[in-house]
Amino acid sequence: MGVEQKLGDMGVVTTTLENVVNWSRTNAMWPMLFGLACCAIEMMAAQASNYDMSRFGMELMRASPRQSDLMIVAGRVSKKMGPVLRRLYDQMPEPKWVIAMGDCASCGGVFNNYAIFQGVDEVVPVDVYVAGCPPRPEALIHGVLTLYEKVKGEKFKDLAEKYG
Amino acid sequence: MTQIEEVSIDQFKHLVSERALTGETMLLNMGPQHPSTHGVLRLLLELDGEIVVNCIPDIGYLHTGIEKNMEAKTYQKAEVMTDRLDYMNPMGNNLAYVMAVEKLVDLDVPPRAQALRVILVELQRIASHLVWLGSVGLDLAAMSMFLYCFREREQILDIFELVSGQRMMTTYFRPGGVWRDVPVEFEKAVREFLKIFPKRIDEYETLLTKNPLFLDRMLGLGLLDAATALSYGVTGPTLRASGVDWDLRKARPYSGYEQYDFNVPVLTEGDTYARYLVRIQEFRESLKIIEQALNKLPFGPVRSENRKFVPPPRSEIGVSMESLIHHFKLWTEGFPAPRASVYSAIESPRGELALMLEGDGGPKPLRVHLRTPSFDNLSVLPHIVKGHLVADLVAILASIDIVLGDIDR
Amino acid sequence: MDTKLEPIVKNIQQKFNATFEEFRGEVHLFLKPEQIVDVLTLLRDEHHFELLSALTAVDYYPQTSPRFHVIYQLTSLAKNLSLQLRIPINGNNPGVGAGSYPRIPTATGVYGVANWRERELLDMFGIEFEGHPDPRRILMPEGTEGHPLRKDFPLGYEEPQFTFNFDEIGLHKPRPKE
Repeated sequence: MGVEQKLGDMGVVTTTLENVVNWSRTNAMWPMLFGLACCAIEMMAAQASNYDMSRFGMELMRASPRQSDLMIVAGRVSKKMGPVLRRLYDQMPEPKWVIAMGDCASCGGVFNNYAIFQGVDEVVPVDVYVAGCPPRPEALIHGVLTLYEKVKGEKFKDLAEKYG
Repeated sequence: MTQIEEVSIDQFKHLVSERALTGETMLLNMGPQHPSTHGVLRLLLELDGEIVVNCIPDIGYLHTGIEKNMEAKTYQKAEVMTDRLDYMNPMGNNLAYVMAVEKLVDLDVPPRAQALRVILVELQRIASHLVWLGSVGLDLAAMSMFLYCFREREQILDIFELVSGQRMMTTYFRPGGVWRDVPVEFEKAVREFLKIFPKRIDEYETLLTKNPLFLDRMLGLGLLDAATALSYGVTGPTLRASGVDWDLRKARPYSGYEQYDFNVPVLTEGDTYARYLVRIQEFRESLKIIEQALNKLPFGPVRSENRKFVPPPRSEIGVSMESLIHHFKLWTEGFPAPRASVYSAIESPRGELALMLEGDGGPKPLRVHLRTPSFDNLSVLPHIVKGHLVADLVAILASIDIVLGDIDR
Repeated sequence: MDTKLEPIVKNIQQKFNATFEEFRGEVHLFLKPEQIVDVLTLLRDEHHFELLSALTAVDYYPQTSPRFHVIYQLTSLAKNLSLQLRIPINGNNPGVGAGSYPRIPTATGVYGVANWRERELLDMFGIEFEGHPDPRRILMPEGTEGHPLRKDFPLGYEEPQFTFNFDEIGLHKPRPKE
């Protein structure tokens, strides 16, 4: 089973540390359970039997920000929720990523009014935007895979600059 | 903007007991980011050890300004807002809204459209109860329920996608009928669901109804008597589990519910387990309604012929200039509604969902009030959790079946 | 009007000198603010209106007298009837902040649900309820200025960002730090 059978008896694999670290980060990403509104139900559907997001190494949704490295903002962010969202983001250990799931989290969606932030990128920096109202579970999974591509291309140098 | 104001006890002084002020009992914050609050509900708990002395819900973390936003849109365009109100029940919200508009402008609905509405709303009721059952399972650590329930829910969402092109936010019902007729595959898909689902309900019941672990967590908790429930405006399955036989589908039939033969499950215990049983029985009653409506589904138009409010069909727009102009006018300017107010209610999976719609003679509503059932149902929570353990609070909260989009609007 | 509803409306009309309107079978009774608690108690105890289905308001700005209608939608389960009570009240008293709002007596003593619904009205319309046990904002964060559902409160529409105005809007759109 696995890589040994396919490649034969390989004692040594040469690669860069960067690749190994990024590869391991992508395949064990722990998203934070952060359902806000309608998109949260589609996020649950993506976790459930038909779509089964755990195929991509993320079967565990953590309720605590301190145990997670990916925040999926699923739903509209109200002016009352914004500060809470920011505090939760600040509590997540680095490196951390954010997916804005759905139109409301990306740009305010149909709610262009006094109560809703016109995009969660006004509160926290966003890595991947997923369109749809709400996005289908496939779209969310595609968003996560897009994030994986981004993470795989990250350089230690840039991260060192970013986090000081 | 990114600062949270520190909460001082002065704000809640009048709501907690005196022992909290001396530090004898503990104040604990639960939410707004908590896996068991079914959304972004925040509860401030006063605890004596593990016993809840006082519970102060703090809502508004999902306040979306839907009521205000609907006032800025024409009657047709405001409908998309209603989908996102109670996101477990988009079809039901659409129905409540279009019924209010139809009542305000006095618009007729063809019988086929009415029957289609009933079928889809009942499917939505099942889907909503499925999400509820799945999340109750999760709250009580029965993970398998979640997986089972979402399996069946996908089947319902596939039917919605078939008729409207969207899984959740369908906006399929329009004032005067439905968007377009259902495709030919619709009947087969619904029949298949009707065939499979009764067995699945039995499956859920084998897993939960007599499961001793489940009974331990559910029986005798959160007792709610009928008088308190009515005083606090509790409606829906939560009220029916307290022994009040009140279902708007039976009491004030709308959209042709009077033609169908179904029972309203009523239990008198008023605890969390009774609420669970009522919802399980509602699965079966909804199936009955869907089957009858599908058997009797009449043929004919699905939109009213009243051209004052309903745009002409696509087939006419291609050949008639007048129809094109008419369609354009209706969608850009909207139709005027009288200067009057109507109150129109339906039975949503959570209770009485009603709209108070007031027109001002123009194409936009003067006031839209959404009477959402979860808001009132949640307001009774502080009274029924007193004296219970924190762990039981989760089960009681789950049994009320709140949706935060429905509460905060 | 429903034949079962008629005697009830007549009773209230005579006792409280109220007027009524009818539209599509719905009856709206117009009352004065000070009468509301008595009327609600009477309706609940003698006419079986057990459920206060909705408690809300309408703002008729720029009209000032009356500026608001406070609306009580009552349902009787036993008789299967609905009745709507409306209380016209004027706008702000002179001055700003608490104490300058229009005031009506609270109905929390009659219906429990009035507690949250009245808090909602205080939050959304700035209508105060005398004797309310817990007068705090319910939906908007504490410290918000203004009352969103009043007609003179702006909707808060922001210009959406498209390709033609991408840079222009990007200039003043808040961007958070890492």
